[in-house]
Amino acid sequence: MAHELTAPPRPGRGDQTEQRPSPLLRIVPPGLYAGRARMLVERSFLVNRRSWLAVVSGFFEPLFFLFALGLGFGTLVSTVTGPDGQPMDYVAFVAPALLAASAMNGAVYDATINIFHKMRYAKLYDAVLSTPLGPLDVAVGETSWALLRGGLYAAGFVVVLLGMGLVSSAWGLLALPAALLVAFAFAAVGMAATTFMRSWQDFDLVNLAVMPLFLFSTTFYPLSVYPRPLRIAVECLPLYHGVALLRGLVTGYVHWGLLGHVLYLVLMAVVGLLVATKRIARLLLR
Amino acid sequence: MTAADSLLVHASGLVKRFGDVEAVRGIDVGVRRGEAFGFLGPNGAGKSSTMRMIACVSPRSAGELRVLGMDPQRDGPRIRARLGVVPQQDTLDNELTVRQNLQVYGRYFGLSRDTVRRKAVELMEFAQLSDRAEDQVEPLSGGMKRRLTIARSLVNDPELLLLDEPTIGLDPQARHLLWDRLYQLRHAGVTLILTTHYMDEAEQLCDRLVVMDGGRIVAEGSPAELIARYSTREVLELRFAPGHQRDALPVVATLADRVEVLPDRLLLYTADGEASLAAVHERDVRPASTLIRRSTLEDVFLRLTGRSLVD
Repeated sequence: MAHELTAPPRPGRGDQTEQRPSPLLRIVPPGLYAGRARMLVERSFLVNRRSWLAVVSGFFEPLFFLFALGLGFGTLVSTVTGPDGQPMDYVAFVAPALLAASAMNGAVYDATINIFHKMRYAKLYDAVLSTPLGPLDVAVGETSWALLRGGLYAAGFVVVLLGMGLVSSAWGLLALPAALLVAFAFAAVGMAATTFMRSWQDFDLVNLAVMPLFLFSTTFYPLSVYPRPLRIAVECLPLYHGVALLRGLVTGYVHWGLLGHVLYLVLMAVVGLLVATKRIARLLLR
Repeated sequence: MTAADSLLVHASGLVKRFGDVEAVRGIDVGVRRGEAFGFLGPNGAGKSSTMRMIACVSPRSAGELRVLGMDPQRDGPRIRARLGVVPQQDTLDNELTVRQNLQVYGRYFGLSRDTVRRKAVELMEFAQLSDRAEDQVEPLSGGMKRRLTIARSLVNDPELLLLDEPTIGLDPQARHLLWDRLYQLRHAGVTLILTTHYMDEAEQLCDRLVVMDGGRIVAEGSPAELIARYSTREVLELRFAPGHQRDALPVVATLADRVEVLPDRLLLYTADGEASLAAVHERDVRPASTLIRRSTLEDVFLRLTGRSLVD
């Protein structure tokens, strides 16, 4: 038996990564993670290379909202109370929130409908799990793709904001990584939720959750319009933290409180990944 | 170094439960390096559950299991790195081309881009799919998809290849082409484990096999051994108009070691088919047609699982 375990790597094996476990590998149970999540990102890249137009189309969604609500609706409102308590231009107020919302929408779309199809119908993960890859590789790899895709939209949108002069601070450059964090958190939770779905009908529930998040997370007006009990409820919503973080960075109102929003989103991502991993193992490694 | 260590797969008292249902009820199996080993049995016998445990994608409920000398529970990824798996239902990536299917799958094993590019070319040749390299997978025929699945399972040069019903749903030509590829692999020293409920497939491909029924192993040996042990040298088939076979049963029952009743015929298990046929004619039984043939694994299977009477 010893010769089995100590056999030298066979020629042509390429860049095996088994020999150097990453930190993540040491804290998760053996068998769940092979440290090769990037292979799934590579796969997604190959698949989407041919349909890049569909991918790029997601960039226009926040842009349309910006024109409709900011430039159209904004002429009626003109100013609103900004995060620092001072009145500010309505378009500049709405723009960072739309960035957060589009990061959420892109990630949720990718992590729910696409992943449900791949899991239930295409049997993609059954094939993947028969290789050294484990459920955590699947969860990390697939959320990473959702987040890269969301990041692409965010990058485009940030450029538009810069062009329109809506970024009033150098901190605004951090809007891109912040938008990625929002995408990551929603992709992870979206994937975890998807593992509980039994049929396409269940996706109506996703819309039911996403729509009010989009409308009520201080996207279009400040928190101060709500009565006190409602404010607390809104402050618990995940998109609220994404909106507050991005609005703070883009308007240059940077304070320690922003770290609280970051922490919320990081926790959300970690919990989402862990739940998704557990559920994939339970559904597919029976 | 004990005998168990030279086995690529070693199971003892292996059990798989799904809730209250016990799919595998304590089986002992040893598969040696270089052999072609078969799990034979009707649907629901526990073959696929056993295969999934060996493939390290299904944790065992009880008992011992070693694959390539390691414990699937602990060393799943390391074991899977050296296995090839052909699942019962194709799990090809329908969003990729034939070539990309092979390349991407190779990447899951951590192979370099150069290696998978080279491997894909080799394997498409092996599977006779080179001219479909840039095609999507979806429109391929069943036989082509199956060949691609087998080619894909070889991308990491596995020491052990697991095939779950490899030729199910294929036409005879496609089956023979697949068998031919599996012979080549066995010749190249790859250990094969396959499940099947096609008796001719088991006879063609397996050096050794076990017959499973109801989650247990009911017989074990080479195809020839099993035929010698559980059947007779020859079989005399007497065909009747459906229903009339039962009228003849009492008359011929004493002419053979054993008689199996099928919907349209009687199977008489006997050492000498010609002599038994003469005796049948002497007793004035007039079947619509008769056939004398050698015993096959199918006869062993009928005897062991009683399937001719059940379904």
